[in-house]
Amino acid sequence: MKALEIKQLVKRYRNGFVALKGIDLDVQQGDFFALLGANGAGKSTTIGIVASLVNKTSGSVHVFGHDLDKEPEEVKRCIGLVPQEFNFNQFENVFDIVVSQAGYYGIPRKKALERAEICLKQLEIWDKRNVASRELSGGMKRRLMIARALVHEPKLLILDEPTAGVDIEIRRSMWAFFKKINAAGTTIILTTHYLEEAESLCRHIAIINKGEVIENTDMKGLLAKSSEEIFVLNIDSSVGLIPVIPGCSIEAIDETTWQVSVQKEAGIHALFNELAALDIKVTGIRNESNRLEQLFLKLLAQKERNND
Amino acid sequence: MIRKEYLIALQTITYKEIRRFLRIWVQTLLPSIITTTLYFLIFGTLIGSRIGQMKGYDYMEFIVPGLILMAVISNAYSNVVSSFYGSKFQHNIEEMIVAPMPGWVILMGYISGGVMRGLIVGVLVTLVSLFFTDLTIAHPFMMIMVFLLTGILFSSAGFINAVYAKSFDDISIVPTFVLTPLIYLGGVFYSIDMLPTFWQNASLLNPVLYMIDVFRYSVLGESDIPLQYGLLVIGLFIISLLVISLRLLNKGVGIRD
Repeated sequence: MKALEIKQLVKRYRNGFVALKGIDLDVQQGDFFALLGANGAGKSTTIGIVASLVNKTSGSVHVFGHDLDKEPEEVKRCIGLVPQEFNFNQFENVFDIVVSQAGYYGIPRKKALERAEICLKQLEIWDKRNVASRELSGGMKRRLMIARALVHEPKLLILDEPTAGVDIEIRRSMWAFFKKINAAGTTIILTTHYLEEAESLCRHIAIINKGEVIENTDMKGLLAKSSEEIFVLNIDSSVGLIPVIPGCSIEAIDETTWQVSVQKEAGIHALFNELAALDIKVTGIRNESNRLEQLFLKLLAQKERNND
Repeated sequence: MIRKEYLIALQTITYKEIRRFLRIWVQTLLPSIITTTLYFLIFGTLIGSRIGQMKGYDYMEFIVPGLILMAVISNAYSNVVSSFYGSKFQHNIEEMIVAPMPGWVILMGYISGGVMRGLIVGVLVTLVSLFFTDLTIAHPFMMIMVFLLTGILFSSAGFINAVYAKSFDDISIVPTFVLTPLIYLGGVFYSIDMLPTFWQNASLLNPVLYMIDVFRYSVLGESDIPLQYGLLVIGLFIISLLVISLRLLNKGVGIRD
């Protein structure tokens, strides 16, 4: 079953700006789906329409088979939204925010109190339940928004940059939590600027650029398209001339640091063999950037060229 | 039939609204009590004793109903305008928009909050007035009904103001330049019989006049305008404002555009 089915979705704002130019998007039930795009690409508009926060101009949206136009309340019942910006009442305490959200979904108070407790404990902010939300740290505010989105037990969780501005330790623990709830059956749609996050969590991916879906595939398939990988090598001493190695292109960053672009078919093993033959010792190696990031930039550049 | 989920949602919004104004009671409940006490003291006791009688009542007795209703009007209005605009400003209105409840539940939730604040302030100001005059209420049920109707009417008006407001200035312009003059010219301190014919007729365009008049009837048992006519005008205003509010909310004006 499709958790989300978008057909020919168009959003034209009053000032004439077309944020979405008729996009199609399918997300299968149980999937962990990444929706990527540069700022202003149309990701948040898409999410806003699905979550009923933005009026669409035309097109259709179905969530678990429910039509947004005909059964908006059924659609809303299926969705839990974690928006990009903090959007809770800064003066209310943590527990009241989550309990009230359950109430808005028609959950009786006794059950709402129980569910709020479970969610806050899962997100490890139960001990902050009586604190005014404005006094929480950035990471805790993010977790509060996740707890609030989960209190009505949605089948589809939409995460709009859920780990923006949180430290790496909390981010990793949030990843583990997302994986856990996805494994338990919740379909997740994620937008993020941390492409490492999308690569590590998601099974399918769509890339939006200027209101159009330019790629919609599975993560493995997309990563397989990558024809080269870029590494940064540290060598033990300065070399007079940069060697020429088949399948690789080397650029010196400084005397003992090289940026090496390796063609997939050539392989990193051949690079090391050649360097060993030239008696060049490698003392350190790291990926220059995330593979998905390279692909993402490449696809955007390709799209720009096609448009020109 | 109204679904049980809607009633739970309505109860949640109402409870949240009441919790909000009780949490900041120094800003929401206390000011009306202080200003009305000053009105009672200055206009009623000090100046009122020199004015003499109005329509056969001591001046203090005459102004008490208008002053009570003035507090109800301003509190019902300001509760909804500030709370709804605050929710828009902080974006926490989105918590309600994403939830499966129709627009009328959200609207009724905010209006219930405004009515409750108006009612509480109205009761408190009525109790304060007992320190200044022997208040005998002629029609207590009518008094409660006018409290509620006035609360609904001005909560709806506050809601519309909040929907269109784009800044905090916008939520203070209407109360300052529209609401306050309407209240002061609505016969709180005088009977419209005292005005020249032209101004008497002009006053009939002021909705606040009907509310104060009906409320004065419920307290003193006498009114300038026939009771049925007053109630009809109030009813028409309420229906119009509720319809406008609901249309704005369902279209997402100021929220989803």
